[in-house]
Amino acid sequence: MKQLALSKLNELFAAMAAQQQLYIPADKGGQAQFLPYVDGMELTKSLNTARSAKDLFFPQTEDIVGFQVKGTEITIEETRDPGAPFVVFGVRACDARSFEILDRVFLSDPVDTFYETRRTNGTVVTLACTRPEETCFCGAFGIDPANPGGDAAAWMAGETLYLKANTKKGEKLLSSLPLLADCDDNAVETVQAEIHAITEKLPLNKLDLTGFDGDHLMEHFNNPAWSKLSESCLGCGTCTFVCPTCQCYDVRDFDTGHGVRRFRCWDSCMYSDFTMMAHGTNRPTQKERFRQRFMHKLVYFPSNNDGIYGCVGCGRCLAKCPISMNIVKVAKTLGEGTK
Amino acid sequence: MQELIKAKAIELLENGTVDRVLGWKTGEFFYDLTPAVFTSREEIEKDFVYSVFSGANLSKYLVKESRKDGKVAAFLKPCDTYSFNQLLKEHRIWRDHVHVVGIACDGMCDMEKIRAYGAKGVLSVERDGDTLKLETLYGPMTMNKADAEAERCICCKSRKLVAYDEKIGEDGDVIENSGRFDMVAKLEAMTPDERYAFWQGELSKCIRCNACRNVCPACTCEKCVFDNPKSGIAQKAAVNSFEESMYHIIRAFHVASRCTDCGECSRVCPQNIPLHLLNRKFIKDINELYGEYQSGADLETRPPLMNFTQEDCEPSVVYERGGKQA
Ligand code: SF4
Ligand code: SF4
Ligand code: SF4
Ligand code: SF4
Ligand code: SF4
Repeated sequence: MKQLALSKLNELFAAMAAQQQLYIPADKGGQAQFLPYVDGMELTKSLNTARSAKDLFFPQTEDIVGFQVKGTEITIEETRDPGAPFVVFGVRACDARSFEILDRVFLSDPVDTFYETRRTNGTVVTLACTRPEETCFCGAFGIDPANPGGDAAAWMAGETLYLKANTKKGEKLLSSLPLLADCDDNAVETVQAEIHAITEKLPLNKLDLTGFDGDHLMEHFNNPAWSKLSESCLGCGTCTFVCPTCQCYDVRDFDTGHGVRRFRCWDSCMYSDFTMMAHGTNRPTQKERFRQRFMHKLVYFPSNNDGIYGCVGCGRCLAKCPISMNIVKVAKTLGEGTK
Repeated sequence: MQELIKAKAIELLENGTVDRVLGWKTGEFFYDLTPAVFTSREEIEKDFVYSVFSGANLSKYLVKESRKDGKVAAFLKPCDTYSFNQLLKEHRIWRDHVHVVGIACDGMCDMEKIRAYGAKGVLSVERDGDTLKLETLYGPMTMNKADAEAERCICCKSRKLVAYDEKIGEDGDVIENSGRFDMVAKLEAMTPDERYAFWQGELSKCIRCNACRNVCPACTCEKCVFDNPKSGIAQKAAVNSFEESMYHIIRAFHVASRCTDCGECSRVCPQNIPLHLLNRKFIKDINELYGEYQSGADLETRPPLMNFTQEDCEPSVVYERGGKQA
């Protein structure tokens, strides 16, 4: 384990940024977001960013390929961003777990090479949550905010920052930073115990997820409660866009006037034209769209992925849904149905 | 207030005036209330909440609810009644299917503001007059209610109920100098470059979730042009920063002179973009160019941009007001 006085945090950031592009969660426009580090930038005081760390690996839009049209000739242009190594510092445990979920989708055959490139290039340094919010329920998915994972993990305790590598990539990064001093591995035990004392008190941390599996799929699907749950949903898709694990995208063409830029952009199962087909849409009302989102996270994903849920309990959809409907309310209501 | 409202909801259901009630339903916490339809005394007693967190404007739900059989009661705050009137004017709500209970309001609180004030892990809030007593995971704290109030409530345009079948509580007045155009005036005083930078900074945060549109009582098209794949301009994300602004500019134009300034767009924006400033710019301009106009204040007047009079300003006004030409 390594340590550094917190007063030298900016020196650490500068040293990392000297080697490769660094992103840290900082305040801009009244909220925290991952921003490219520039000299003197301050780490946010907010617990988590409004948008998740997913954005750095699976951005909202990216170009896939371009076509140039000249007369009757079409040339294909490579528009792929080759990317470069980068570090993202300050990822919370929930977001760090979301990469495991996204990996299962994008890195299984056929591999999404755009995502893969960013995963290879990116080093994730996590940060333990000393002050979880009431909306946090990562514990329900076995995530420990006191042991945040990633390539390297960081803790803040008193006036000191502690860092510990978890992977080869993390080791490489930490050993390249001479301003870090060695220290004992149990230096963070106290702060970990303090975090656990808080997580014990989190109101949603013990969300009961029994019965959310493939065996109860039809029971959940046919639950009459979906009508009530979805009745005031605006179909806005905020919940899917702030979610660190939502992975759907659409491929669109942009007419540049002398060619086409083919790009992909996030899509949301909450939208009326999601997976639109020639016959029309297979989810005709908001009820079916709403059901898809929660069935995917709580039932379909785990039944196809060894029981791993498609939610990490980050609480973003709880804080951001305009009508305050969310996965916890859904899970509790549906849970009643299988008891 | 909550007890009066709940009693009224139960009374209206039980005496047969209505068969459904539109209100706010309790959540996991004290602040995450969801608009919901209630059909029984039990549901109301158990789940109905009216508090400083009942900010959601229920009037737009009446577009759908009023088309159903039977009658629905809706509890509307003053600003919500302006939206209701505007929707009536646009023939979007079936008036005979709705029983409106107007409720007095002295300002709604915004959880984001409470968090920004420094409260973390808030477990409960108790209102004691002008102060809020908070219980948090990290100990108790107090704050002034005024510091927790939503922006739209701090510069509330009117506490007057403009549409109701009956009302609960003391009705207020139109507030003349609400200060709601102060920030617009500041933006107007900026140089074009500064203003452009301000809006680029704000709008570049947009994730195109469309929450602002979907919640907006002035946006009730059956199929929005931005959702129609055949329109050629449907987008789920902006291709570039120009397109990003286009969505907002088009939307602002489309609701101009119909927007009541209810503030829902800014309330729901997950990226905290001050969308109300765009709408207020239009309202301010309309006031200056066509005479004072408040949409939703009545059922008779025509929105200035949907009307024609000989006194209307000429398009050339943009040259007079537009500042230095490029
Ligand atoms: S659940 Fe909430 S955030 Fe998600 S689409 Fe519906 S209204 Fe929007
Ligand atoms: S569903 Fe909600 S709580 Fe779960 S990971 Fe997504 S945004 Fe976070
Ligand atoms: S189907 Fe819906 S919930 Fe599932 S990943 Fe896609 S957008 Fe998210
Ligand atoms: S804007 Fe005015 S009427 Fe509307 S909620 Fe706020 S205080 Fe009440
Ligand atoms: S609600 Fe905010 S983020 Fe969503 S589309 Fe509107 S302005 Fe953009």
